[in-house]
Amino acid sequence: MIATESLSKRFPRVTALDRLTVDVGPGVTGLVGANGAGKSTLIKILLGLSPATEGRAEVLGLDVATKGATIRERVGYMPEHDCLPPDVSATEFVVHMARMSGLPPTAARERTADTLRHVGLYEERYRPIGGYSTGMKQRVKLAQALVHDPRLVFLDEPTNGLDPVGRDEMLGLIRRIHTDFGISVLVTSHLLGELERTCDHVVVIDGGKLLRASSTTDFTQNTTTLAIEVTDTDEHPDGTRAVRDALHARGVSVEDGSGLPGAGRVLLLTTTGEETYDLVRDVITDLGLGLVRMEQRRHHISEVFKDSDAERKEAVGHGN
Amino acid sequence: MATEQPTPAAAGDQTRIHNIGYRGYDGPRLGRAYARRSLYSQSLRGAYGLGRSAKTKVLPMLLFAVMCVPAGIMVAVAVATKADELPLRYTTYAVVMQAVISLYLASQAPQSVSRDLRFKTVPLYFSRPIETADYVRAKYAALTSALFVLTAVPLLVLYVGALLAKLDFTDQTKGFAQGLVSVALLSLLFAGVGLVVASVTPRRGFGIAAVIAVLTIPYGAVSTLQAIADVQDSSGAVPWIGLFSPITLIDGVQTAFLGATSGFPGGTGPSTAEGLVYVLVTLGLIAGSYGLLIRRYKKVGL
Repeated sequence: MIATESLSKRFPRVTALDRLTVDVGPGVTGLVGANGAGKSTLIKILLGLSPATEGRAEVLGLDVATKGATIRERVGYMPEHDCLPPDVSATEFVVHMARMSGLPPTAARERTADTLRHVGLYEERYRPIGGYSTGMKQRVKLAQALVHDPRLVFLDEPTNGLDPVGRDEMLGLIRRIHTDFGISVLVTSHLLGELERTCDHVVVIDGGKLLRASSTTDFTQNTTTLAIEVTDTDEHPDGTRAVRDALHARGVSVEDGSGLPGAGRVLLLTTTGEETYDLVRDVITDLGLGLVRMEQRRHHISEVFKDSDAERKEAVGHGN
Repeated sequence: MATEQPTPAAAGDQTRIHNIGYRGYDGPRLGRAYARRSLYSQSLRGAYGLGRSAKTKVLPMLLFAVMCVPAGIMVAVAVATKADELPLRYTTYAVVMQAVISLYLASQAPQSVSRDLRFKTVPLYFSRPIETADYVRAKYAALTSALFVLTAVPLLVLYVGALLAKLDFTDQTKGFAQGLVSVALLSLLFAGVGLVVASVTPRRGFGIAAVIAVLTIPYGAVSTLQAIADVQDSSGAVPWIGLFSPITLIDGVQTAFLGATSGFPGGTGPSTAEGLVYVLVTLGLIAGSYGLLIRRYKKVGL
């Protein structure tokens, strides 16, 4: 979908991108970086709106330097900031944007109705945008990026300003853009937890450099931790302890989930594969306890940041 | 959003609406030129409030009516009194009605460009096939066309009325043609000036005031200076002073080349040589406005 090769962008005073080489395949890809890491600059270059200082980039197999207009016809873009006029309705606005993407009038109207429905705007789409909630505005912004059925969309901080429920809905929607609509997504965020749930791949950039690019599962699945919580019975007044002892007896190391909600009642163990789940189930059944919960606690992507920070500090230390 | 899931087609003859899930688009994508045309027609319609809320139609339609009514009255008078010429030349009409034209420009130029800047809609355009030049050309052409409609329709009313009053066909046609050239030039110049001012004043209200100021302050200054120069027996300076405001520029051009009577004090318009300077300055301003707009929009990208 996207391929860059030692892509650099230098401004008189700052280097926004520094020999960035990444390959992004189909699916949902998260682009992570702190503010000023070069995310927006990268999107600008990929849309063919800003020439790279050096290196090259391709989007959908088209060179950004020469085929910008063709790329922009097949790509959607949802900006981070507000971009909606308050005095027109969502329908009018999205129809206009569809025509700006080259859709004939009739198709523009049909696609607008479809797209607004898919992003979850129904009757309110005939009302002026000025009266919408932030969540609805984000949906309109998303709709205008999808209305021309692009093959790839760039979403710049789509969950900005949303409450937790709105955030979840938006993330679900982003997931569906790929699974149901068949459109690949490049989504930027500085909230790693979000990307972990929605993305197939994550690209981390920092200071214009590639920090890491791999699939989300690589980030989080190296070691899967299992959290379990059980009930107590008359036979085993401290169920948690009983399970721990039983598991110890079978050679599985178990930690207390100290520092987690429900500390003292939660056990953490490292899974070695499918058989661990069976083992836990059997142990608990044998003891006659009730299983309150058993959930995967994946390592968070943020730990990657911590690791890389540590590495960087180390490198700086060596440099001295 | 479980309702969005594709529903398996129900067996049998039930007439139910099925949610067929996401449909892709395989139809034509008409590209840049089409997008530019669409933006042009949307902006032109918008300049008269068409396709927008009822509130936005009031002012442009009112001003359009105000432009046309005097023409209608003049025609009625000419027909009723069986006059052998219209009370006013075609080329004079726009100069007389300049306040209305300025008001229209002040209300519609910000509407056309400032909204996109204020609400940051511009990046949405430029993330699509159209480019800076397409956007500027579409907006410029749309406002020019809107002004042309505003200024040429009253002339058409005069012309049709003149023919109904059985005035001399050749004379009237020539005058009408000269009038059309004059208002076309005026539309280009005013649209350019209005758009440049509006594109640097994204804030609501401020753009309107700025456009009015840019049109009226130079005109006031120029007329005053011309009057003083005329009284002080230095009427040679009058045409040169006229170069410094949009409406007197148009006045000078049409006096020199389009058979108009000058509105300058003393009625002395520019000579042919001076008129040439007027034409050059006018064309320079139009080109300059276009250049400034392109520069302005290069900066606002994403």
